[in-house]
Amino acid sequence: MSAADFAALWLTVKLATVTTGVLLLLGTPLAWWLARTRSWWKGPVGAVVALPIVLPPTVIGFYLLVAMGPHGPVGQFTQWAGLGLLPFSFAGLVVASVIYSLPFVVQPLQNAFEAVGERPLEAAATLGASPLDAFFSIAVPLAKPGFLTASILGFAHTVGEFGVVLMIGGNIPDKTRVVSVQIYDHVEALEYAQAHGLSATMLAFAFLVLLALYTLNPTGRRK
Amino acid sequence: MSIAVRFRLERPDFTLDVDLDLPERGVTALFGPSGSGKTTLLRCIAGLEHAPAGRLVFAGDTWQDTGTFLPTHRRPIGVVFQEASLFPHLSVRGNLDYGLRRSSRRPAGTDFSGIVPDIGNIAGLLGIGDLLDRKPDTLSGGERQRVAIARALLARPRLLLLDEPLAALDLARKNEILPYLERLHDELEIPVLYVSHAPDEVARLADHLVVMDRGRAVAQGPLGETLARTDLPIKLGEDAGVVLDGTVAERDERWHLARIALPGDDSHSLWVRDGGHEVGRPVRVRILARDVSLARDRHEGTSILNILPVRVVKLADDSHPAQTLVRLQAGNAPLLGRITRRSAAALELAPGRDLWAQIKAVALIG
Repeated sequence: MSAADFAALWLTVKLATVTTGVLLLLGTPLAWWLARTRSWWKGPVGAVVALPIVLPPTVIGFYLLVAMGPHGPVGQFTQWAGLGLLPFSFAGLVVASVIYSLPFVVQPLQNAFEAVGERPLEAAATLGASPLDAFFSIAVPLAKPGFLTASILGFAHTVGEFGVVLMIGGNIPDKTRVVSVQIYDHVEALEYAQAHGLSATMLAFAFLVLLALYTLNPTGRRK
Repeated sequence: MSIAVRFRLERPDFTLDVDLDLPERGVTALFGPSGSGKTTLLRCIAGLEHAPAGRLVFAGDTWQDTGTFLPTHRRPIGVVFQEASLFPHLSVRGNLDYGLRRSSRRPAGTDFSGIVPDIGNIAGLLGIGDLLDRKPDTLSGGERQRVAIARALLARPRLLLLDEPLAALDLARKNEILPYLERLHDELEIPVLYVSHAPDEVARLADHLVVMDRGRAVAQGPLGETLARTDLPIKLGEDAGVVLDGTVAERDERWHLARIALPGDDSHSLWVRDGGHEVGRPVRVRILARDVSLARDRHEGTSILNILPVRVVKLADDSHPAQTLVRLQAGNAPLLGRITRRSAAALELAPGRDLWAQIKAVALIG
């Protein structure tokens, strides 16, 4: 593999890691709320979170491009805040990936929190644990399989994206050119050997991820 | 000082509406059929349920009132649920430690006569000292429930709430735990609220009784008095009867019997099977209404050991029209007798009438 291939691989890992981290930070409170709320908003919010499962990635990418562009509301805001424009930058890719992979993190977490149930948290409260204390000392450890599943799925799904990246990130070496785009370039240039090298790497990665999911996390699978 | 409890909570299926003053000492049983609101009342007291119209003052501290609602984790309580609800990811020791570590944030409660509430002592009290390194899913139901009780005590509560802690257990497991609960009753100096629909548990453990029916408290008072009331819609059926507190007055080693003196006067005492309690020890006996028969004269030549002079206080309807429930007074002790209406007529029973009560069975319950 060439240096450009390794750069693409490294960028992909970096993007997936940052995205997974951001998703766990944002997705955990969202999943907690979805798992426990009796609010009318549960349905609409749950549906919006699940949208990326149904929509073609290009649709998400298109709307994000419009929104984050110089005339879109997000673009206006980022310019006003002195951040410049997000499209065709690594930060833009992270934002897009977070939205694109959101359901793959929120849904396993929500299921795990729902499986924990109300009773352990009530017991913790009667033992003097505040809601935040009970969340970290009881809910998070009991939902551990859900966190493992959510992390693996969020990471893997981000690695596997193509359409959104192409719309938002374009094809800038070291900034937005991830593995899937690099493979596309190789194929376009009829460099089949290089395409094979990267594709085989991705295939092996995907298999190992799923293997990890099904062996490390038997309880998560049973649910 | 007492525990003032007033709640009103509308639910689709029933309305909880209670206004009670509960004693600040001893075990108070919240007794009633399922669906009578006793668990909901307990949850309101724990703060797990928020009754919008409610007031709860515990020993001078307001836990709930208009505009005030102390969240559960700030209330100095210990709760034992019907299922032990141990934390599955922690060992027994981790579970016990969970409340203990957080107890310093709340005003301390649990006073035992001479027992420091640390893990070693409480584990010893509940017989779980050998289980500390086990995980909850390796314990039997009875062991889990004892760990749950220990965990609640180690949080150093000022009020212990037990929500049918034995209901999910079979008879053998129940009998495994009851002695520990009795020990707590003797050694614990904080008030205990005990939700139960089992008359035998109430008879063994309670000092004070609140009878719940369809969301309301229909009667409350000291256990003996309240059980002896004949006007209650308690569907006790075969379990109707009284519980009397007495002391062991003498032990007959030849026949393995013990004489239990009832409080007040020495002329009223009962012979029971010797339970191994030393003379002078306070004990509790239970006499079911169906085991009490009445006679105009004192019979000789009978196998019945306990025959007491009694006076009829009142006759009341029983669950079956053939029967009547007779409230009797034996010295200072109340008794209930269940006889047929025909016998009542033949004996010309009326309030004030003196008779002999023949008591076929007396159960020593601790």
